Parts: sequence; structure tokens; C-alpha cells
Amino acid sequence: MKTTRRNCLIILFGLLLSACGGGSSLSRVDQGTIDGVLHFGNGTEPQTIDPHIATGVPEHHVITALFEGLATKNPYTLESEPGVAESWDISEDGKTYIFHIRPNARWSNGDAVTAEDFRWSWERILTPELASEYSYMLYPIANAENFNKGRIPDFNQVGVKVLDQLTLEVQLRAPTPYFLQLMDHYSTFPVHRATIEAFGSYTDQLSQWSREGNIVSNGPFQLAEWRINSHIRVEKSMSYWDTDSVKLNSIIFYPTDNLITEERMFRDGLIHRTEDVPLDKVPVYLEEDPDTIVIAPYLSSYYYMINTTKPPLDDLRVRRALSMSVDRDLLNETVLENIMVPAYFLTPPGTVGYEPPVTFAYDPEQARALLAEAGYPNGEGFPYFEILYNTQENHRRIAVAIQEMWRETLNIDVGIVNQEWQVYLESVGNINYDVARRGWVGDYVDPNTYLDMFITGGGNNNTGFSNARYDEIMLNEAPLKLNNEERFALYTEAETILMDNMPIIPIYIYQTKNLKNPDMKGAPSNIMDHYNWKYVYLESDQ
Amino acid sequence: MWRFIGFRTLQAIPVIFAVITITFFLVRAAPGGPFSSEKAVSEQVKAALEAQFQLDLPPHEQYLAYLTDLIKGDFGPSFNFPGRSVNELIFQGLPVTAELGFYALLIAVVVGTLSGVIASLKPNSLQDYIPMSFAMVGICMPSFLLGPTLVLVFSIWLGWLPVSGWGSIPGDKILPSITLGAMYAAYIARLSRAGMLEVLSQDYLRTARAKGLPEYKVIIKHALRGGLIPVVAFLGPAFAGLLSGSFVVETVFQVPGLGRFYIQAAFNRDYTMILGTTVFLATLIVLFNLLSDVLAAWLNPRLRYQFRK
Amino acid sequence: MSNQTTQIENIDAMPKGVSLWDDAWIRLKKNKLAMVGLCFLIFMMIVCLMAPLLTPYGYEEQDLRLGASAPSVTHWLGTDTFGRDMLTRILYGGRVSLMVGFIATSVALLIGVTYGAIAGYAGGKVDALMMRLVDIIYALPFMIFIVLLMVVFGRNLLLLFLAIGAVEWLVMARIVRGQIQNLKQQEFVEAAISLGLSPGAIIRKHLIPNALGPIIVYTTLTIPNVMLLEAFLSFLGLGIQPPQSSWGLLISYGVESMEEYPWLLIFPGLALTLTLFALNFMGDGLRDALDPKASRD
Repeated sequence: MKTTRRNCLIILFGLLLSACGGGSSLSRVDQGTIDGVLHFGNGTEPQTIDPHIATGVPEHHVITALFEGLATKNPYTLESEPGVAESWDISEDGKTYIFHIRPNARWSNGDAVTAEDFRWSWERILTPELASEYSYMLYPIANAENFNKGRIPDFNQVGVKVLDQLTLEVQLRAPTPYFLQLMDHYSTFPVHRATIEAFGSYTDQLSQWSREGNIVSNGPFQLAEWRINSHIRVEKSMSYWDTDSVKLNSIIFYPTDNLITEERMFRDGLIHRTEDVPLDKVPVYLEEDPDTIVIAPYLSSYYYMINTTKPPLDDLRVRRALSMSVDRDLLNETVLENIMVPAYFLTPPGTVGYEPPVTFAYDPEQARALLAEAGYPNGEGFPYFEILYNTQENHRRIAVAIQEMWRETLNIDVGIVNQEWQVYLESVGNINYDVARRGWVGDYVDPNTYLDMFITGGGNNNTGFSNARYDEIMLNEAPLKLNNEERFALYTEAETILMDNMPIIPIYIYQTKNLKNPDMKGAPSNIMDHYNWKYVYLESDQ
Repeated sequence: MWRFIGFRTLQAIPVIFAVITITFFLVRAAPGGPFSSEKAVSEQVKAALEAQFQLDLPPHEQYLAYLTDLIKGDFGPSFNFPGRSVNELIFQGLPVTAELGFYALLIAVVVGTLSGVIASLKPNSLQDYIPMSFAMVGICMPSFLLGPTLVLVFSIWLGWLPVSGWGSIPGDKILPSITLGAMYAAYIARLSRAGMLEVLSQDYLRTARAKGLPEYKVIIKHALRGGLIPVVAFLGPAFAGLLSGSFVVETVFQVPGLGRFYIQAAFNRDYTMILGTTVFLATLIVLFNLLSDVLAAWLNPRLRYQFRK
Repeated sequence: MSNQTTQIENIDAMPKGVSLWDDAWIRLKKNKLAMVGLCFLIFMMIVCLMAPLLTPYGYEEQDLRLGASAPSVTHWLGTDTFGRDMLTRILYGGRVSLMVGFIATSVALLIGVTYGAIAGYAGGKVDALMMRLVDIIYALPFMIFIVLLMVVFGRNLLLLFLAIGAVEWLVMARIVRGQIQNLKQQEFVEAAISLGLSPGAIIRKHLIPNALGPIIVYTTLTIPNVMLLEAFLSFLGLGIQPPQSSWGLLISYGVESMEEYPWLLIFPGLALTLTLFALNFMGDGLRDALDPKASRD
């Protein structure tokens, strides 16, 4: 009696499973490869796809599929390539750019993309009422900052001029070698005026214009469907000027904020590419499946900020002692699974040819001597302080290791505090911490995006660091230099000043780690973690 | 009975009002805001952003404006997903979570009461220990552990069920439902066993047995009624908790439900979304507590009498 | 099955103050499973308390080069990704978890039982008011509440216990209230009222002892909940800070690498599960021992 009942249960359960588990034998990615549909793990859910409101990397992946700026980047070399502009002229002094827009550039509703579209779009993002967080990306343009900060009300004074329907002239306030690079950042993308105005005020962040069914865009793909927390589907646009080069029929972006799940989705054949890989999985993949794991340099730096206004951390010797007792090589080889680059500087090396200075090394002996000099021989009497990080597994691991390094080398008692993201941001913003972790992703490929953080009172300085010579270089001297050699010499001086004062403890330069299905081609790794969707295609090797 | 229900429904109004008021000021007092970001934004941008979302008004005006909209059934715009309304997001997430919750509760009630009752019939025997041990394991396995474990076994090792998703691949609803239901099943098993034991020794059952009723009838007609009272008291908050507590399961399985919206809103300080989901949750709690009280009264004839008075 | 006479004797004995507990203890001692549970719990507590004497390692001592290693002769339960001895970490983590489990559950128990009993006994408007207050607290966004608490009072262990107790008592109150409401209608309570006992005495001496079954069962359900909630609060920054740990935290870290380093999940999970089993057997035994009606030997 009992056994029959149990058997019935087993059979029932089996039936249930086979009824649901059966079906096609091809996995979702294999089917996708055949149909030209890319299943893309995109990290967190994008908040918006309005190019002028968006912030963040997941948004970038979606928006670059939907829109196109004046220039794009070759994903292999990161050199600028013609986008909506088929060519451009740059003046001798590097301050005037003339863009020639291609006559066959079209919006998805068939309208021509014109110079006026760009002028109006840039006016929109710079209009203070829109409150765009990325408006500063356009500050190299003459008077853009003044207009954005409400100092001049008239946009005609900003250095953007429509010469004719297909010609746009841009005046910069100083020669900006990385200006062309900004043309493929979504903040400089054109938006469709008639559509935006049809859905209300152009400065209204709550506007519905970018919703599916409403949006008009000019990129290689069009928005087909967006279900929040489920997926975003974009489909190849037939009105795109270079539609013949677009090889994918469709891209589906999945929010994958749970790392364990994301990796398993990949293993189960649900996605072609992951946004990240759990650290513990890295050695497994390197060993068993080296073709699918991609580790590549990334324009991003991981460091600890020090509150230089708070004793005993206001003492330079203490800060140097702390920094010199972090064994970055050991940290990298063990906790970080040997995939990061130990750093003794802020700027990632090789950023457009800039090599940051190395002014110190891991030196426990000297660290102890410095601490003794500061009045704490063998760590005696050293006040308790805390490392702050935002709650995240990898940050925790690094903090735990460094805490122990400091305890072992300097014999000091250091605590660890984690805070949820929003609380962490508030603590760091108010310089209400002792030592706090931070990661910085460059907005563009130039040392400037790192070094301009630490000017006196800079919004992202957050350490209390202030140095007159540093400010002078960053604000007045470097921007005027036309060639990179002179500019980089100044940056080297600035970074040396920074490291000599040690308001930050550099720890490592990031490398991105992704899982990528070998079918996904035309998507090389680059330091911007940038995809040029036109190049991407799916092809099975079998 | 109807008077009781009517009376309790009236009580819901001050409850929900109090929840709105406290939450409204609680979220604004919490550190961080909907627009704080890692890269510093200028004062101008901050001020303009606050103007966009009417956060520049004095708090009491914001509060009154919010209430006025709420009466019209408008929960306001989401701060985290500009261009989307809270109403829209709730209506998108609700059917998903309700479906998930329904399956989970179904599993929980069926498996839970069945094993609880079976265990209670022969206490301190194998018939008791085996289901109760399973229940204990279920209680010790939080969903953040049970979910990934089930996926490992059934998706990765056996390849029977998909790793994640909801309604996009056949069979993808099974694991989330089991994961969410398991813990509640375990609770219900424990509670129903205890409730049954309590009842099985009482006089009226002895009377029923003395009257010569067969044992299964005694259990079904008489014992279950009293024995399930603790379960019913638990079910009210459990169902409400199921909806708000489903966020772990929804995150592990990438289910686009309300639970994920709720926790995302809390982490992003999406004020209107937090309020919207909380008001919604409060309504559910009131509703299900009422339901479980009514059910308890129905199960317990003595209480039923009390309502008639 | 019990016989009628002992029951009546027990009920008679209670109000007179002849120790219910002495009697219960005698009965508990007869329940083998409960005694096994009790012994295991005491063993666990002693082992956790004496951790420094039992293992040669410190809970914070790292060996980064060693990293995560499987159980071996030198490290019986293996090491974590920092090369820290898992046995040591589980023992130290047990201190935190057991303490959180017992103290926070006691807080929840104390508030929940008192509150639920009063509401259930009083009935009418008082009951309605009290239970609607429970509804309100239950509906508030817990996470925001915790974050705010942390900002106002800073981070400390006492706050952790209070925060956990503050949520866990709600369901307890509802369950106790339901039980009391149910019992209130029974003959023995009416008898007690007619004898002129005060409401407080009736609640304490007649109602709560009779509702002990579900209370004990729910308490044994609350303890694992509390231990795991502590892990979530640590996630928000209110709980235990590294290098300290707890079973809940060890399990949540273990989940991240369950395929690569299963021992990081299995051993803390086993510690938690075994303790809860023991607790549960003891709870059941206690329930049976205290139950004036059902002494099933």
C-alpha cells in the first residue's frame, strides 16, 4: 500500500518534469546563432534609454544599438570612425571641428538626420532644467559649461553652429585631443526633436518619448520590446544608412544582476555573453574552458581613499605606511585570482600612450619605520579606524585581506564596515569615513578623466586633498598643450604630486572578465568594454 | 459575520493611512536619495533634478500632493525608471508575483498540512520523524541557498529544467515555485502538527469517537477544524510575506515580479515606488489577515458565536 | 494515551504553585530525543565558548597562499578563500549565531506573547487597535527602517538584537492572540473567572500554559529565521563585521562557491541544521512535558 503510493508520486513527478522539460533539443543560444539573435547578459536593468538622461554601462550597450553619433569607434583599434558624419575637418589650432553629415543618414521614421538635429540635441542636454548628469561631457565646447550652469541664457553663444543642412561647426574652448572620442558617448547622440516635442516638454525627464512604440532613433537597431526586469529586444533597422553592414537581426538584453545565476544562464545556453564572472569561477573556466572566458584590460582603477582631514590619517607618514604595507602582488595572485594588475598609481598604464610614474613599492620595513616616525612604534597607541566599502562580495574580500595585512605588518587594529550603496555614497560624499574603497571608470581614453578628479574641492575628490601646483597643472597648464608629449609630462608631474601626498592608496587596475560564447564574433575586447554592434555577428564554427 | 467584515474593512482605512504617512517620511529621512550617484553631480543639476521630481517643495506640500494623487488612484512617476509610472510597474509585476505566490502557497498548503497531519496521527514514530525532519531541513534552507541548490541539481547536473526565467522557456516556473513554497510548507507542517496534537486530545473529539464515528471522519470533520487554527493564523501574514519576500527567489531566477521591484526601489531610494509597493503590501496584509481571521472563525464554532453577538 | 485522573490533578496543581516546572523536568528527562537535543545544544555552546582552547588557529588568521583547501589533517573542515581554518570560524561564528538566536528570539517571544495574550484576552476594541498596529508595523519597508536605525544609533550588537526582535514578534503576537481567543471560550477559563482570578493571573496561569504548544513550536521556527536575518542585516551593514562571522554569513558566502568549494557551505550548514534539529527535539519534548493535557508516554 505504502510503496504503491510512493511509486505513484514518483511517476507523477516524472510526468510533470517530462511534460515541462521536453521540447526542442537546441539551446536558446544555439537557436539564436542560427537566427542571428544575440542573447546578451547586460548586468543591471537600464533605467532609461533616453541618451541624455542615461548613466551607466548597461544603458550604454542598449543606447549604442539604438542611436549613432557623429563618429563611432573601431572596436579593434578604438580609433574614431565615421558615423553619422562621413568626414570632418579639424583646424590647425585644434579648436574648430567641421563635421560633414552623410546625406543618407536617416531616422527610423524616414526623416533625414541633419546638422540642426545635433545642434538641438546638444542644446537639450545642456539645458539646465533637463538636469542631465552627463552634460559635462560636452564642456569642451566653447561656452557649453556656462550655458549648462545658467550663466548665459542664450544657446547661440555656445560654440555649435549649423553651417548648412549637412554641415556642423563646433568651436572648442581649448584643444581637446579626446574630443572626437566623445562623439560615440551617448551624451552627444542626436535625438529626434519632433518626437520629443510631441510627448511634452523637451526638458521633462518623465516624458514618454523613449518608450517602445514612441521612440524614433537613428542607429543600427530599433527598440521592439522592453519588459522591465525581463528583457529588452532591439531589431535591425531598415532605415539605418549602413543597414547592409549590420549582421545581427536582433539583440536581446537580459538584466543579470545575480552573478551566480548569470554564470549558470551562460552554462545552460541561455545567453551568449555575461557581464561578469564570479571570482571563484575564474580558475575553473581558465582550466576547463579557456575559449569562453575573456579577460581584458579595462580603463578602470580600484583604490582606497583616505580621509586626509582626520587624525592620524592626516599624517603623510601614516598614509604612506598604510600604502606600503599592502602587498598588491600577493593580493592579486590569491584573492583576485591573478586577473587584475597591481597598481602603484591612479591612471591605468597605456592610456593613449601615457605611462604613470611609479613612486613607491611594497616595503613593509619602511612602512613600519614610517609608522614609528609618526609616533606609533610597532603600532602602539595607534587609534582604531575603519575601512568602508559598499556591500559587494569582491570588495569584502579585498578589505578582509588588507585588514589582515595591516594587522600583520603594522600591528594596528583596523575595522571593516560595509554600507548599502546609497548610504555609502552619502558617507563618501560627506567625507564621513576613515578609509573607503572606490573604483573609477574612465569616461574617455585620456589620463585627464582620472587626474581631474583631485583638483581642490573637486566633486569626486572626497579626500580633502588640495595642492596648489596640482590645481595649476590640471586647470591651466595641461589644457593648453597641443601635443600629447608635453601634456603627458605635465600629467606625470601631477600624478607624482598626488602619489607623494598619498590621499589614495592605489590597489589594482581592473581587467574585465566576461564569458563569451565562441559563436559571438566581431566583438573584440577593448579597454572601454565597448561594442560596435555593426561589427558583431554570430557564426557557429561547426 | 458581515458586520464583522464590514467593521474590519473600515479599520483598514486608518491602517493604510498610517502606513502611507510613516513610510512617506521614513524614506525621506533615510540616508541617500533617488539621485545620488557615484560621480558627483553639480549643485545646479541636483537642484534641477529635484525640481523635475517635485522634491524641491516643502515636505508637507509633497505629502499633500502625494495624497491627492493617491486618492485619484495615481501612485506617481517612478524615480528610478524615468518615464514610467508606479502604477504601470506594479501592474506589470503583480500578475507574475501573484502567479508565483499562488503556486508556492498551493505547494506549501498541500505538502505542509498533509505531512503535518500525517505526522500528528502517530507522534514520536517514524511516520512523525520523517516528514518533520524534512520540514526542519526546509526551515534551515533559506531560499538564497535552496534556489541555487535546486538549480545546480535539476538544471546544471540533470538538465531537466531551465536555470532561470519566467514563462519564456517551458518548465521555468517549477523551480521558483518550489523554492518559494518550500519554507512555507515546512512552517505549515510544523504548525499543523502542533495544532493537531493539541486538538486530538480534546474532549469533543473523544465525544465524537464515543459516538462511534470512524477515525478518518473524526479527523477530517472535527480535528482538522481546530487543529489548523494556528496554520490559518499564520497564513494571513504568510501570504503577504510571500509577496514581499519573494524578492530573493525572483532575483535568483530572474523573475520580473513585484518582489524585485520592491527591493530595487528600496535600494535605489525610488521614493514613489517604495510607497506604491508598500501601500499595496499594506492592503494585502489587511486583506489576508481579515481573510485568515474569518477562516479561523469558520473553523472554530466558538469564535463564530462571538461574531454573532 | 493519558488517563483522566492525572490530567485533572495537573490542572488542579497549577494554580496552587506546586511546581509545574519540576513536574515538566521529570517528564522531559524521560523523553530520550529531547535529552539528546539538550545535550547536543549544551555541547555546542561549550565548544563554541571554548573555541580558543580547542583550535590552534585564530579566526582571523589568514594564509592567502593556501587559499581555499579541502578538509585535511591540519584543517579538519578545510579552509576558506583566505586560507582561514573553517573549524575555527564555525566555532567563533557559532558564538554570534547562538547569541543572536537566543537573545533576539527571547525579545521577540517576550513582546509577542505578552502583546498577543493581552489582545486576545481583551478582545473587542483593544484587540482591534492592537492588531491593527501589528498590521502597520508589518507593512512598513523593513530595509529602510533598518538603514535609518543604523544612521541614528550607529552600529552595535544591541541594536541588532532589537531590530531582529522588532520584526519577529509580529507573527508571534498574531499566533498567540489566535490561541488565546480560542482558549478563552473554554470551560476552565470561565471557571477561573468565576473563581475571581484577576485577568493577569488567568492569562499567566491558564491561558499561556495552554497555548504553550504552538508558542514553543513557533519559537523553534523563529530561531533559524533570526539567525538568517542576521546575515541579511550584515548585508545592510548592521550586523557582524569581518573578520568576525556567523553561521548565517558563512552559509551565504558558501553559496557563492558551492560548486568549487562545497565544504565552505556544507560544514556551516551542518552546524546550523544540527543545532536547529537539537533545538527542535528539545522544543517538542518541552511542549509535551509542559502540556497539562497531553502526557503521551
